Amino acid sequence: MSNLLEVHKVVKQYGDYVALNEVSLNVPKGSIYGLLGPNGAGKTSLIRIINQITLPDSGEIILDGEKLQPKHVQTIGYLPEERGLYTSMKVGEQCLYLAQMKGLSKAEAKVQLEYWFDRLGIQGWWNKKIQELSKGMAQKIQFVVCVLHKPKLLIFDEPFSGFDPVNANVIKDEILALKEQGATIIFSTHRMESVEELCDHIALIHKSNKLIEGKLSDVKRQFRTNSFEVGILTDNVEGLMYDITQKFTVSPASFKSLNDDLKLDIQIGNATPNELLNILTQRGQVTHFVEKIPSVNDIFIQTVTG
Amino acid sequence: MSIISLIIKREFIAKVRNKSFVVMTFLSPLLFVAIAGFIGYLSSMKAETKQIAIHDETGLFANDFVKQNKKEAAFKYLDLSQIDTKALKDSITNERFDGLIIIPKTNNLKELESKIEFISNNSPSISFIEKTQDVIAEKITKINLEKAKLDTLAIQKAQSAVNIHLIKASGEESLKGLNEIKIGIGGAFGYLIMMFIIIYGNMVMRSVIEEKTNRIIEIIISSVKPFQLMIGKIIGTSLAGLLQFIIWAIIGLGLMFAASAFFGVNVGPTTRISPELMQSAQNEMSGSVQMYISELWNLPIASIIIGFVIYFIGGYFLYSSFYAAIGAAVDNQTDSQQFLLPILMPLILSVYIGFFTVVNDPHGTIAVVFSMIPLTSPIVMLMRLPFGVPWWQIAISVSLLFATFFLVVWFAAKIYRIGILMYGKKPTWKELYRWLKY
Repeated sequence: MSNLLEVHKVVKQYGDYVALNEVSLNVPKGSIYGLLGPNGAGKTSLIRIINQITLPDSGEIILDGEKLQPKHVQTIGYLPEERGLYTSMKVGEQCLYLAQMKGLSKAEAKVQLEYWFDRLGIQGWWNKKIQELSKGMAQKIQFVVCVLHKPKLLIFDEPFSGFDPVNANVIKDEILALKEQGATIIFSTHRMESVEELCDHIALIHKSNKLIEGKLSDVKRQFRTNSFEVGILTDNVEGLMYDITQKFTVSPASFKSLNDDLKLDIQIGNATPNELLNILTQRGQVTHFVEKIPSVNDIFIQTVTG
Repeated sequence: MSIISLIIKREFIAKVRNKSFVVMTFLSPLLFVAIAGFIGYLSSMKAETKQIAIHDETGLFANDFVKQNKKEAAFKYLDLSQIDTKALKDSITNERFDGLIIIPKTNNLKELESKIEFISNNSPSISFIEKTQDVIAEKITKINLEKAKLDTLAIQKAQSAVNIHLIKASGEESLKGLNEIKIGIGGAFGYLIMMFIIIYGNMVMRSVIEEKTNRIIEIIISSVKPFQLMIGKIIGTSLAGLLQFIIWAIIGLGLMFAASAFFGVNVGPTTRISPELMQSAQNEMSGSVQMYISELWNLPIASIIIGFVIYFIGGYFLYSSFYAAIGAAVDNQTDSQQFLLPILMPLILSVYIGFFTVVNDPHGTIAVVFSMIPLTSPIVMLMRLPFGVPWWQIAISVSLLFATFFLVVWFAAKIYRIGILMYGKKPTWKELYRWLKY
């Protein structure tokens, strides 16, 4: 799979402060790419550089095989974290204006707007002023403005903030639908569960450096601890413990189970899961056997604090 | 280019649709006319006639004062030389009279010159005192002349009134009064530019701050360059401003005509003059009016109008770039004060220079220097233009203005670019300087 966006050794300095230190990223075409990092890591700086709001001090950015140029703003849709609209302008006019700035003709913009307003169930808003809308309603308009010109690359910075769960779900489905249609999506958020749910690639930026990048499953494999959660029903607890502690590191675990079983966390190291299973089955009834997969949250906290 | 025109259009429509813009556009000329009418009404009201008592012990002057009594005059003189001064002084304190002139008896007229007193409760106006002094002095002079046995009539005839004609080296004749017209034209244009810069520069600044506080700015500059946004904003706002000025001019003229018809404000001379005097005056006047008109046509009208347009554009753009940069640097309007002062200073300075220095000496060093300095040239040079300015000075001034304009726009765009994405910080001058280097 080729990359839609390649960031090569981008450096950005503000005075003495280094916001981005030779950061490189590869965003595959058609992926949902989670851009993670703690506050102040440099995510927004990077996103602004991709949007050509600021220029990098050094390094280059390739979009769809071409060096990033001013014309590319028309192929990018950006939903910034700090977003707003002209409060005293009418919804329809405002959307037309912003769409035209992205290179759409007025007629095209109108067609697209009607499609999206219809899709999100906000047809009646055309003549309302933004100041008459609630925050969540304004967010919907901003989402429409961001996707209106059918950009190849979409950049969402905390897209779900301000939405109630129902509308957050609507937006999530729209993002997935856009991906189906072939758009590439960069997704920056602190909500790890939505990263887990949506992203197939992630990158983690910390203190101006990129620490992790790759397919979500690859990253998780990289962070696997080779430990298993085990539930077992046995009469001879001592015998079982003797057997497994010979080979593996064991600690008590807690998970939900319908059985009154012994719950263990077992680190198998270089051994195979089967070796563990053999020992367990000799000593009792295995009711639960699951590899502990690190969550994005675990990976994030481990990388940032470690 | 089409994006800039899109921005210009939006800014223009946003400004024009704004309620306060509509209200201001239609209310200010009404207010202006109402105030002008009120002032006109006040000044047309007759002032109370003041009663001035004269106690003339010499008996020489009282008649000259009383002779001046006329209907509707501001002062009425009463010869009360027979009444005792003490009683008169009391009547002043009782406010029966507004003033009392006491002319004592002296040994000779020379002594009298410094012995005359005026008593009143409120201090009199300077013009009244001068007038009184003139009446007495004239009389004393007359008496002195008669004493010296000189023919006063012959002396009157011998006195001459000189009227110097002003002629330029290029051969055109000019009128003295024309200088005032020149100052009027230059001053009006200069003042107009200053007002426009302050009003619409502020509007540019407010609109930049609005985008910042709305947080729409990041969405917009992911589509357009900050520079395009800034220029579009400045042009759009100035077009809205021009529209407002044009509407004001039309409404103002209409209302002025209506008001002058309604209040019956007399434009012509109010005092009645004998027909012969009128005839001769008319001949004289029509002669000079013709000359004024022809002189007006001889003014460098083309260069004044072209100059107005050039300096208007240059000056307005120069200053609004400053305003835009300030708007970008601050989060709200109250924070803008510290940066606004240095902008207002040269504007005010140039108006003062225009009205004091240029008027006295249109081609003096100070006037020339300040008509070259870009921050003051739009106003000072415009005020000099009607007096005729050598083309090379205009060339230097205009090229300096536009060179500075491009420099300032470049700097302002840098501050703008950084500033619009900065929140929560009240920037210092030092910080602004650092932004320039980013």
